[in-house]
Amino acid sequence: MLNQPKFRAMVWQALLFAVLAVGLWILVGNLNANLAQRGIDFGYDFLLGPAGFDIAERAIAYESDSSYLRAFVVGFLNTLRVAVIGIVVASLLGLMVAVGSLSPNPLLVWLCRQFVEFIRNVPLLLQLIFWYLTLAVILPDTETPAELLPHVFLSKNGLQFPWFLAGEFPSLEYPVMGTFGLVGGAALSPEFIALLLGLSIYTSAFIAEIIRAGILAVPKGQTEAASALGLTRWQQLKLVVLPQAFRVIIPPTTNQYLNLTKNSSLAIAIGYPDLVSIATTTLNQSGRAVEAISIIMAVYLSLSLLTSFLMNRFEQATRLKER
Amino acid sequence: MSESFKALFKGRLNTAITVSLLIFFAWLANELLPWGLFNAVFAVDLNACREARGEGACWGVVGEKWKLIIFGRYPFEEAWRPVVASILMVGSCIAISQRQLWRPSTFMIAGLVLTGSVALMVGGFAGLSYVPTERLGGLALTLLLAILGNILSLPLAVLLALGRTSDLPFIRTVCTSFIEIIRGVPLITVLFMASFMFPLFMPSGTNPDVLLRVAAGIIIFSAAYQAEVIRGGINSVPKGQIEAAQALGMGYWLIQTRIVLPQAFRVVVPPLVNSFIAIFKDTSLVTIVSMYELFGSLRLALGDPEWRAFYIEGFIFVALIYWVFCSAMSRYARGLERDFAAARR
Repeated sequence: MLNQPKFRAMVWQALLFAVLAVGLWILVGNLNANLAQRGIDFGYDFLLGPAGFDIAERAIAYESDSSYLRAFVVGFLNTLRVAVIGIVVASLLGLMVAVGSLSPNPLLVWLCRQFVEFIRNVPLLLQLIFWYLTLAVILPDTETPAELLPHVFLSKNGLQFPWFLAGEFPSLEYPVMGTFGLVGGAALSPEFIALLLGLSIYTSAFIAEIIRAGILAVPKGQTEAASALGLTRWQQLKLVVLPQAFRVIIPPTTNQYLNLTKNSSLAIAIGYPDLVSIATTTLNQSGRAVEAISIIMAVYLSLSLLTSFLMNRFEQATRLKER
Repeated sequence: MSESFKALFKGRLNTAITVSLLIFFAWLANELLPWGLFNAVFAVDLNACREARGEGACWGVVGEKWKLIIFGRYPFEEAWRPVVASILMVGSCIAISQRQLWRPSTFMIAGLVLTGSVALMVGGFAGLSYVPTERLGGLALTLLLAILGNILSLPLAVLLALGRTSDLPFIRTVCTSFIEIIRGVPLITVLFMASFMFPLFMPSGTNPDVLLRVAAGIIIFSAAYQAEVIRGGINSVPKGQIEAAQALGMGYWLIQTRIVLPQAFRVVVPPLVNSFIAIFKDTSLVTIVSMYELFGSLRLALGDPEWRAFYIEGFIFVALIYWVFCSAMSRYARGLERDFAAARR
């Protein structure tokens, strides 16, 4: 009986189950003992209590007496905002670098390769803090903002631009000079700009490598055939090479998008109020370590699972249909 | 030479790109060379640095702060210990990377050397003064965390990969969910778990060492990524080999250790080196849970208000250290990939 594969399979699985169950039981026991010692009840009902801290950047109304739950939503929206814009910028930059590193011009190739090699081999946290400190130095003072475009200003307050005024008749509100710099309109804070710069430059180097490899993976005969048909270089790229390369490029690129979203959690190091940073403030204030960390994990996990679900759909849709 | 010269000026667009790039490089050199070299202050002289501000770099910040940047909060009188430990750690990595040395005995010796280098840094025996683990820092801590996080995670990663490819549904589910959960969350959350949540799950009164907790977090994190790499290697072994081994009457563990894993490892070494690079860079995150590895030590050094203004020079110094280590590793990985690809042909 001991040599029956089915029996042994059962034994192995039962063993793992037992180990996990006992381990979990011990851990939960310890947790309860520790929490009781600190006088904390485990539970998520604290989320409805007032948060008591301010958040500098918010997409929805939030006051310091709003609930913790609302604070988490504000943080999540901030994460989404930097991630979505970062993904767009990183993709464009990555595409440019990839095209540059495949160009016939050796000087341009060299420049693009050096960019990728350097950016990929230096920690993201270092780059982020570098951008943050540098912006703090080079941005013009709040009293003397630089007008980049009409009504669009750059200063130590960040990038300020006109925005829609809520009301019966939607109208534009322009930033105007107050006593301590510009007021009105909408603004992207220097923290946001630093995070966006750091994340999108770092990720673009990885995306550039993926796109380059994807384009190189298209057999040379395809380009030769296209050029024999009289297509120009740009037409060859657009009509023949890129559509084929995309199948190879998309899955790893999605992975990079997820990485960018996860890396946006480094916002905590430069004071941009993303989800993780809000959760940490909550953790320090209320001592709710398990609850706060479990919320971050749940949010990021759902994002990952959602992306892999969409990825699988995409892969099924673009699979080569062979006759 | 003349070939590549022709390539620079072939066609109108190409020539335009070349010319504008040359102008760009000239402008860059004109901006950077005076700043970094001609007008720069190399002496540790705060007043000279302040005067040169804006026109020249202050490399004096490196001269003033290198002890703090390289050794963190480690007692400087004992600096020879992290130096020897770092040489031992880098040395064993170089030894492991030599293909003619890929045998079990090398790995055993390297493991012993690594244990020895940790012991040397912590001390507390044979006349070596005891240095608490939270005082470890600088480059030695970066190396230590990266190596621990990649070597000790391997056995766990192999088990997870085998579990995910196993036929047993419960084991497969457990391993798959573990891998996906860890890969789905940022490293910061894992580090927060290690530093805030982990103590809550331990018997009350015990307070596990902070280095141990952080290292455990990094090990678990990198194991999940390595497991996926190794799974790719396992899947690349043709099914016929396993069927042939089964026909010979070999059991599961014999098939895995004698047939599948040895062939899988050949495929996975280059991507494993890449995950080593990722972890090496990611160790910089431990500064967020207040351990001062290389980058954390730099920020500690720049906490000095007098020298804070010269942060760019400090950042360049530390970025170069990371770049040297990481690009050496990625060169190595590319070399392996090329050789393995050639061998398969």
